[in-house]
Amino acid sequence: MNRMNMLLAQEQTRAEVLADDPLWLVLLKAVVLFAFGVVMTLFMINWERKVVGRMQHRPGPNRNGPGGWLQSLADGLKLAFKEEVIPTSADRKVYWMAPVISTIPAFTAFSVIPWGPEVSIFGERTYLQLVDLPVGALVVLAAAAIGVYGIVLGGWASGSPYPLLGALRSAAQVISYEIAMGFAIVSVVLYAQSLSTGDIVDAQRNGWFALLLLPSFIIYVVSMVGETNRAPFDLPEAESELVGGFHTEYSSLKFALFFLAEYVNMVVVSAFATTLFLGGYMAPWPLSAIGDGVLNTGWWPLIWFIAKMLLFLFVYIWLRGTLPRLRYDQFMRLGWKVLVPISLGWFVIVAGIRAIRTDGGVSTTQILIVGAVAIVIIVLLSLLIPEKQVAEDANKIPVTGSGYPVPPMDLQVPTKPRRKVSAGKSATRSELTGSTTGKEADDGNV
Amino acid sequence: MLVPDTARLGADAIVASGQLAQSESGMTGLESYVPLILLIAVAGAFAVFSVTVAPLVGPRRYNKAKLDPYECGIEPSPQPVVGGGRVPVKFYLTGMLFILFDIEMVFLYPYAVAADSVGLFGFVSVFIFIVAITIPYIYEWLRGGLEWD
Repeated sequence: MNRMNMLLAQEQTRAEVLADDPLWLVLLKAVVLFAFGVVMTLFMINWERKVVGRMQHRPGPNRNGPGGWLQSLADGLKLAFKEEVIPTSADRKVYWMAPVISTIPAFTAFSVIPWGPEVSIFGERTYLQLVDLPVGALVVLAAAAIGVYGIVLGGWASGSPYPLLGALRSAAQVISYEIAMGFAIVSVVLYAQSLSTGDIVDAQRNGWFALLLLPSFIIYVVSMVGETNRAPFDLPEAESELVGGFHTEYSSLKFALFFLAEYVNMVVVSAFATTLFLGGYMAPWPLSAIGDGVLNTGWWPLIWFIAKMLLFLFVYIWLRGTLPRLRYDQFMRLGWKVLVPISLGWFVIVAGIRAIRTDGGVSTTQILIVGAVAIVIIVLLSLLIPEKQVAEDANKIPVTGSGYPVPPMDLQVPTKPRRKVSAGKSATRSELTGSTTGKEADDGNV
Repeated sequence: MLVPDTARLGADAIVASGQLAQSESGMTGLESYVPLILLIAVAGAFAVFSVTVAPLVGPRRYNKAKLDPYECGIEPSPQPVVGGGRVPVKFYLTGMLFILFDIEMVFLYPYAVAADSVGLFGFVSVFIFIVAITIPYIYEWLRGGLEWD
């Protein structure tokens, strides 16, 4: 109770300070936040292309600007001067609205992210945060969910089959992964005893929630990739099956807005992950010990925050460079049959332990014993479920539900006969003889 | 058992903290949303500006094929007059399940904020609530409502 009052008191000061901001400061913060979103998008597109390029042993964009870093800006400007094609079958009003609906919530979520502690801007004492709402965490969750309206309406209004499919997939995807994301956040809220993002950061003074609530952290990271429609969960815009997905029929700046919304959403969920799990703007451990926490004051924390955020954004790029896209049924199975039960179960465990510790007068050893018994029971129960499935699937040709046969998983690919003649040599010979069947001749020689 | 006492204590604590929040901040609550709306306005202005300016600065060259729905170059399949067509039932099912769980989440957030004040009694209540939601979830799982093909 005492601790709760203390936290509440802190929250009040933070919210009060922010409420006393003069209008020019609020406006300045809003514009800077918006600009930050746009700049981060331009930076991310370049960074992503460069990193993925390096992962594939090629340099990536390196022509426009120093080191190629102005490539995405050039692309954006180019898009502005491209023709805008609206298909005749489109619902024009909704078609126009969709990019706007998609963009606004992405930026809205920036408002509650705490970028740093108390600082002084032009002599005005304030926090590096636009607004500290008592429901901060819900604002981010709501903004992430509303963003999908833009995608769904855009896909539907295009009047074309590919965008419609992409839009539907996106809707199902976002709502499926939002459940898991929400449960992951509930555990954090339980420990921080507050929905305000500033309080959640303050509650991590003695330890990051990523360590304390590791399963929640993992679930959040997986579902944040699903929520933002990024590889390997980028099914709404799966190029190999849906062309461009929901934005197939979009061109010019409307397409650019969808792109902007996607990248800003990535930045937002990464910033939110930092806030929830990696101690927000607090300096990481060895640095926080320097000079009695001097690195946790002033403008320094902004560096730690952005560094941690870039870490998440790098994970996004890394995943894209590493993993192939999931099939849609695999993806939905992961969401509904793995992430949702695990996150729900984990929340029950966390809430139970906390309730027993604060109220029940039970010692930690007793909790551990009960926990161990519960884990044994769960493991035994989980052994029962796969047993059944194996028996069912044993003598069945793997066929997807819609009846299309797929190759078996253990398919043996016949090995190619090895050829010793080098490519250069064979090329010269076929050139000399002028024969079109040079390849077969070489094969015969070997 | 002490359950009713604990519950009352918890409720008192919530009321007290609520009063504290109101009296100290001295705000009606809605004022604190003004910066949020400002940011929405900035983002909205940019988005609306982009959407309106794009057709003005870009070129315009008529071509019938460009105005057809894109289907990889083949003749577009016949479409309804407005929108892309009908939506598979599967997505509605997912939508229903989402609403089920979203409602559950909406109730879990207030519990999580006040978990320490409502204590064990609150946890037992929430646990019963979660079980009640989990039963339809298991039912849908067993009936194959979560299978995609």
